[in-house]
Amino acid sequence: MTDLLKLSLTEARDGLRAKAFSSKELTDASVKAIAEARDLNAYVLETPEIAAEMAAASDAKLAKGEGGALEGIPLGIKDLFCTKGVQTTAASKILKGFKPVYESTITAQLWKAGAVMTGKLNMDEFAMGSSNETSHFGPAVNPWRRGNDDAKLVPGGSSGGSAAAVAADLVFGATATDTGGSIRQPASVTGLVGIKPTYGRCSRWGVVAFASSLDQAGPITKTVADSAAMLREMSGFDPKDSTSVDMAVPDFEKACTRSVKGLRIGVPKEYRIDGVPAEIDALWEQGIAWLKDAGAEIVEVSLPHTKYALPAYYIVAPAEASSNLARYDGVRYGLRAPADDLTEMYEKTRAEGVGREVQRRILIGTYVLSAGYYDAYYIRAQKVRALIKRDFDLAFEAGVDAILTPATPSAAFGLAAMATASPIEMYLNDIFTVTVNMAGLPGIAVPAGLTAEGLPLGLQLIGRAFDEETVLRAGRAVEQAAGFTAKPAGVAR
Amino acid sequence: MSVDEKTVRRVARLARLAIPEERLAPMAGELNAILAWVEQLQELDTSSVEPMTSVRPMRLPRRQDVVTDGGYPADIVANAPRTEDNFFVVPKVVE
Repeated sequence: MTDLLKLSLTEARDGLRAKAFSSKELTDASVKAIAEARDLNAYVLETPEIAAEMAAASDAKLAKGEGGALEGIPLGIKDLFCTKGVQTTAASKILKGFKPVYESTITAQLWKAGAVMTGKLNMDEFAMGSSNETSHFGPAVNPWRRGNDDAKLVPGGSSGGSAAAVAADLVFGATATDTGGSIRQPASVTGLVGIKPTYGRCSRWGVVAFASSLDQAGPITKTVADSAAMLREMSGFDPKDSTSVDMAVPDFEKACTRSVKGLRIGVPKEYRIDGVPAEIDALWEQGIAWLKDAGAEIVEVSLPHTKYALPAYYIVAPAEASSNLARYDGVRYGLRAPADDLTEMYEKTRAEGVGREVQRRILIGTYVLSAGYYDAYYIRAQKVRALIKRDFDLAFEAGVDAILTPATPSAAFGLAAMATASPIEMYLNDIFTVTVNMAGLPGIAVPAGLTAEGLPLGLQLIGRAFDEETVLRAGRAVEQAAGFTAKPAGVAR
Repeated sequence: MSVDEKTVRRVARLARLAIPEERLAPMAGELNAILAWVEQLQELDTSSVEPMTSVRPMRLPRRQDVVTDGGYPADIVANAPRTEDNFFVVPKVVE
């Protein structure tokens, strides 16, 4: 029955409704595949008993012709989402053994829609990384390989486990989060679709915080329609998140079916960056041609502050992280290092509990927020952020409906590249995605082609605030034109 | 602006993060590389720009100042490394 897992989420949903198969069949296949693919290290915790229970409940509903929009569909949950009674660690040693007594709003909504939880997915520690290598549980592995080379590659990050699990057909979709590119970059390097919705579209309540003004959750799935279907269930106003926006959630899946004819697609010249492989520029040109052929009008736009987005991000994100991570002090949850006095306990617990990249960001963040430096760093970075947002505002005001860019500056790279790269070299992975977080806009990554070595590459579409519909619609057009059907070779099943 | 070992020690103390002596110099180097890179933001004239505070103009929602939640201390301390009678237990603070 492994073939069931090759279905897309929307195909599986339709099959369940037509009673072509049961949730038990889907879930059993998923649970078995997850256990067989442990080499990928995609899961940090498997929850087969919960999955079986949820599947049985879904089958009971489906038998009566009832059930929610995702009834009976096995999903994976990034370990950043608090799940009641189920260990949630943010892939950090400091949260080892933490079992929340509450459920995040997003996962609660997914369970209400009938989805089935298969377990918790690997990620970079506290979502800080672009390769899943900062995880306390070790790196997740990309199921894709370079040609016939068996060398293991990273699945991107921080939602690396989410991407690896969906790319290997272990589940039909996964939750993910995106602070600087952590949904779109892993989706792109694993041949998947990932959408970061507008800041405020999805509740952040119960999602372990990294940088609160940038964090936003979204799905990673096999197709644009799948992302649309899953995003709809994840979205919506939540009084428990003061930055959640009280707006109706549109039928995103329906939006995907509309033609792009007459849409104006902007192409920003500042995204042509020295050192980016020619293959990526060529794919971008191809994407422009596809959208033109589908009836869209292509216009050049200028986003002059693009190059400042990444350095400004590396002030804003660590500053907010240093504040958010202050709560991990060995008192209320997780790890506690033995010590004689309270300050020593804090200092030792935190030093033992978080890895090197997280420590670096806590220190940078503490430094830029410390007395005398706040204005020079944090306020200046927030001003630069306003300039980046204004660039987008002006482009959209001039009549552009969506903006097309590459999703990542490279295909998946080798495991252990992080060990030899400088922090800044790793940060550059987010160069095309981070502007979108800084401006709070929606962005989608769609698989569009393969490198000469056979690795997937994605294109990104960026839209107006709260116009995920146009982003999905244009994303669907790229998906259709690209006809991306390649599958990874690195899963022995 | 660049940081030396003394600054790293001070910032680590503020962050309540123990950094071993031998890590202070390498950490100063790592932080300086990042700080030198973000220095390019100085190229921009931001004197007439308001710092961004939210994606779309919105007021923080308000609610009645009343208790809306609580009454489950056992849940609150459920994950604590050490507790006593639903209190968090920490090393002695006051002699």
